[in-house]
Amino acid sequence: MLPLNATITQITDESPAVRTFFFDPRFEDMEPGQFVMVWIRGVDEIPMGLSRNNSITVQKVGEATSKLFELKEGDSFGLRGPFGKGFTLPVKGEKILVIAGGVGAAPLSPYAEAAFAAGAEVHTILGARSAGDLLFEGRFEALGKVYVSTDDGSKGVKGFVTDVLKSLDMAAYDRISVCGPEIMMSSVFRLLEERKSLEKAEFSLHRYFKCGIGVCGACCIDHSGLRVCKDGPVFSGVQLIGSELGKYSRDASGRRVKI
Amino acid sequence: MYTLTGLKLKNPTILAAGVLGTTGASLCRVAREGGAGAVVTKSIGPTPKTGHHNPSMVRLDCGFLNAMGLPNPSYPSFLQELEFAKNNSPAPVVASIFGGNPSEFAEVAQGLLPAKPDAFELNVSCPHAEGYGAAIGSNPCLVEAVTAAVKDVVNVPVWVKLTPNVADITCIGNAAEAGGADAVVAINTLKGMAIDIESGYPVLGNRSGGLSGKAVKPVAVKCVYDLYTALEIPVIGVGGVSSWEDAVEMMMAGATAVQVGSAVYDRVDIFSEIGAGIEAFLERKGYSNINKIIGLAHEMV
Repeated sequence: MLPLNATITQITDESPAVRTFFFDPRFEDMEPGQFVMVWIRGVDEIPMGLSRNNSITVQKVGEATSKLFELKEGDSFGLRGPFGKGFTLPVKGEKILVIAGGVGAAPLSPYAEAAFAAGAEVHTILGARSAGDLLFEGRFEALGKVYVSTDDGSKGVKGFVTDVLKSLDMAAYDRISVCGPEIMMSSVFRLLEERKSLEKAEFSLHRYFKCGIGVCGACCIDHSGLRVCKDGPVFSGVQLIGSELGKYSRDASGRRVKI
Repeated sequence: MYTLTGLKLKNPTILAAGVLGTTGASLCRVAREGGAGAVVTKSIGPTPKTGHHNPSMVRLDCGFLNAMGLPNPSYPSFLQELEFAKNNSPAPVVASIFGGNPSEFAEVAQGLLPAKPDAFELNVSCPHAEGYGAAIGSNPCLVEAVTAAVKDVVNVPVWVKLTPNVADITCIGNAAEAGGADAVVAINTLKGMAIDIESGYPVLGNRSGGLSGKAVKPVAVKCVYDLYTALEIPVIGVGGVSSWEDAVEMMMAGATAVQVGSAVYDRVDIFSEIGAGIEAFLERKGYSNINKIIGLAHEMV
């Protein structure tokens, strides 16, 4: 499919460097955890997790996102997707733990809401650098218990999401869903591995994407060769045992770069 | 077992260059789970290239348009990927290489030799990388010189992948054969373009690129048909093959084996499916072996 023309209907500042862009049309059939390829015309096309079925939540990090931040309500960008495999939804009565770090809360927020709507009990560990960077705290609080951690201690536990996770009884949860910076995810991965909880965990990975549709192979991970854009971006903990997670990724040329 | 330029293939389907070939693990997955008879790597060059800006590939109703821009980590960085593939792939691994002139091709080929690729495929056909690919592949003298330069420094088979974006593909095929090629691979993508009518912007980051998939199959069949007549060496057919019927058609045009690229979009295990489909077809039609159908269309007059 060629990119759809998406018109920006509303822009919300979440923090100084994070902004949510609401757009029309809406993806009624999206699976929480899926992503779209966002085409900023004349600049680049970048993958973004959907933070609702009609919004992306973007951290300003480079050329493409900077150009995106220059757009106003009524402007448009191209959209392809939703693509990839999302998080597995729980069934009624299950208890789930959502672990979100930084903008990792973006794809997890619609998941937590869909899980709640399915009748699951939803607990969240929400981590960020400081209190002002906590993303979607209100959306998670509306669903159930939220544990907060900040690197600088400005809110909640001073430290990382793993400091909160260590204090929780992982056996009490049926599913654990994780998204955030790779260093954070690999720390969570190791902790869950130690506590023998990997089989109920899912992680959303980010890698450099070119085609975004599973053909070119630029985003394949070691040593399974699974494609992050099509077989993921959400993988089960078991799929990631012995993988490159937390060790290295590949840049646009395919060179390995240490995490 | 099928034999192609001395390589042993469990079926006549091969992963095309530029598809799922950036990492050793990905190549192994296509050989193992996908069931490919052989796999070809992403095209590797002398220096690292990040490629064109995205969008680099879009799906159309009739196929796919892409302009990757030869992204590759350069041969020194790719050695570890090729070694992993060679050590773990159940099928032969072919290294696709490119350069801007004969000596760069030879340098890249020599640089990858320590990983012991089973063959080399020379990319003289990428339609959207200035100074590389089709810039060389549309000039018969350069194609012959590049082929000869690589043949001089390696002792494994050398395949040459041809562009259809020329007046007469058999001239280029002849040049590859004269340079010592062990096989030609036809075809690379056709030049193509798509424009976003909401904004007027060309969709691809590189503005234009190459068309693959269903739309190009009749073009590929004709190129293979003509090359089969013009050349002594085997022709490997590629372009829009997404089913065993497509593969059989390509073989009847003259292909000894087929490559599959864009069709991995549908499923990675398409190779075993095509392989099994060809076997079942041969049995149903009473052909004693695959050679009975290779070039069959040429005899039907």
